Amino acid sequence: MSTNPSTSILTVRNLYGRIEGQQVVEDVSFDVPGTGVTALLGRNGVGKTSTIKSILGLIDVSGEVTLDGRRVDRMPTHRVVQLGVGYVPEDREVFGKLTVAENLKLAERSARPNRDLVDELFPDLVQRQAQLAGTLSGGQQQMVSLARALLNQNRLLLVDEPTKGLSPRIVGEVAVALLAAAKTVPILLVEQNLQVIRQLADRVVVLSGGRVVFTGEAAELLDDPERIQRYLGVHSGTEQVPK
Amino acid sequence: MSTIILLLITGLGLGALYFLVASGLSLIYGLMGVLNFAHGSFLTIGAFTGWEVARRLSDGSWWTLVAAMLTGAVVGALVAAATEYFLIRRLYNRHIEQVLVTVGLALASVALFEGIWGTDPIYVTSPSWLGQTTEILGARIPNNRFMLILVAVLVLVAIVLFLKFTRYGLIIRAGVENRLMVTALGIDVRRAFTLVFAIGGAAAGLGGVLASIYYGYVSAHIGGSLLIFAFIVTVIGGLGSLAGAAIASVLVAVLQQFANFYLSGTGDLAVVLALAAVLLLRPRGLLGAKS
Repeated sequence: MSTNPSTSILTVRNLYGRIEGQQVVEDVSFDVPGTGVTALLGRNGVGKTSTIKSILGLIDVSGEVTLDGRRVDRMPTHRVVQLGVGYVPEDREVFGKLTVAENLKLAERSARPNRDLVDELFPDLVQRQAQLAGTLSGGQQQMVSLARALLNQNRLLLVDEPTKGLSPRIVGEVAVALLAAAKTVPILLVEQNLQVIRQLADRVVVLSGGRVVFTGEAAELLDDPERIQRYLGVHSGTEQVPK
Repeated sequence: MSTIILLLITGLGLGALYFLVASGLSLIYGLMGVLNFAHGSFLTIGAFTGWEVARRLSDGSWWTLVAAMLTGAVVGALVAAATEYFLIRRLYNRHIEQVLVTVGLALASVALFEGIWGTDPIYVTSPSWLGQTTEILGARIPNNRFMLILVAVLVLVAIVLFLKFTRYGLIIRAGVENRLMVTALGIDVRRAFTLVFAIGGAAAGLGGVLASIYYGYVSAHIGGSLLIFAFIVTVIGGLGSLAGAAIASVLVAVLQQFANFYLSGTGDLAVVLALAAVLLLRPRGLLGAKS
């Protein structure tokens, strides 16, 4: 599924999202270009995860979401994903009572999945095909979660806090995998680790109070300590957005 | 000793009936979170349609029995699938409405069955061997218990193989753990919902035909009376656990038989006390997932 890099793969306009009647996303508008990594940033609780879930239709939404020119905001989640959206959820959400092989098999949407890429990026998983995913370490579970998304030919990856709670070594491996993936598919990334954002992101979208307050090149934000402090609540020397 | 053998095997036979109803209930709750109070209606319609086929063939042969069981299973599956498609599908995550609709359907279906087949029990005929007994260690065991146990084991094995080795089985097992994440992998989980209802309805419809052989008659209330115990079995086994339902079916039925014999017919009371004990000491049931 190729995309013209000069155009936006995803456009979000006036998006509102509600969970059990509570407004969690409020009038959010931004674009995700057809290449590279766009980071969705903001302090904890501003609605980043809810925005991702809104795009997928996992929560009640109003507004307009367009994937590669096609309205998807009224589609059920499975239809949005079938159009070529890979999703790596916060907290990984692997199926703990299924084996690694079954987790991956379940995620395959075509008869010719990208097994070679997944095996190359996550050799540890090859050795653990028969192991129950619930018995894996947090890092290994994150690899399963990433592998499920990378198995398919996607137009867009939605990746939600992939380094959360992981050791520095695993964070590095996750970043390498995402860099490799970003060569072939645009990524909308929610991430708290500024070091990872520096490493991966080309553009940033910053949310505050459920709304977009900054959009631009990643360097424009990351090289501006005052903006980092104002938008993310951290000093430029700190590499983790506070919880 | 012979009494214990008799109670054990007849308990296993009754447990087989409970399992045929509880397996569907448990799968449906596990995947969809739906407490299906209309499940007994699938059993009753299976029993009545099975009897209709049997009386038309009217030779009391094994082939007639097989035809009746197949009819009961197919009709149970179709009615269950239609119930999910036309009624339940619009009510996912609306638990109060689900309860109201399924309770309403259960009540309405009993009235419908009474309107069609009358209010009196209809006595059934079956192969003569099923009406005889076999002696085991001095206990004379009604032969129909062996058939109940055999069919329940075959159904259990078939469901396990389906869940383990088919794509839809994989989807159902994953959906029991995390339904939203299955959807987020691009899978239309609603098809799995319909399929699970159909499987549960088939098991219940088959159970209906077997229940009519166990009790010797079919009536509009046969499903409702078994449903109560099937719910107890499902809760004790752990909501959503097929293995839990199988184990609890046997435990509950055997307890019921022993209490009925040794404690002056207090089997039903013993089962309710067992349910209370499980809810107090282990609310998630024997094999239920931690909430």
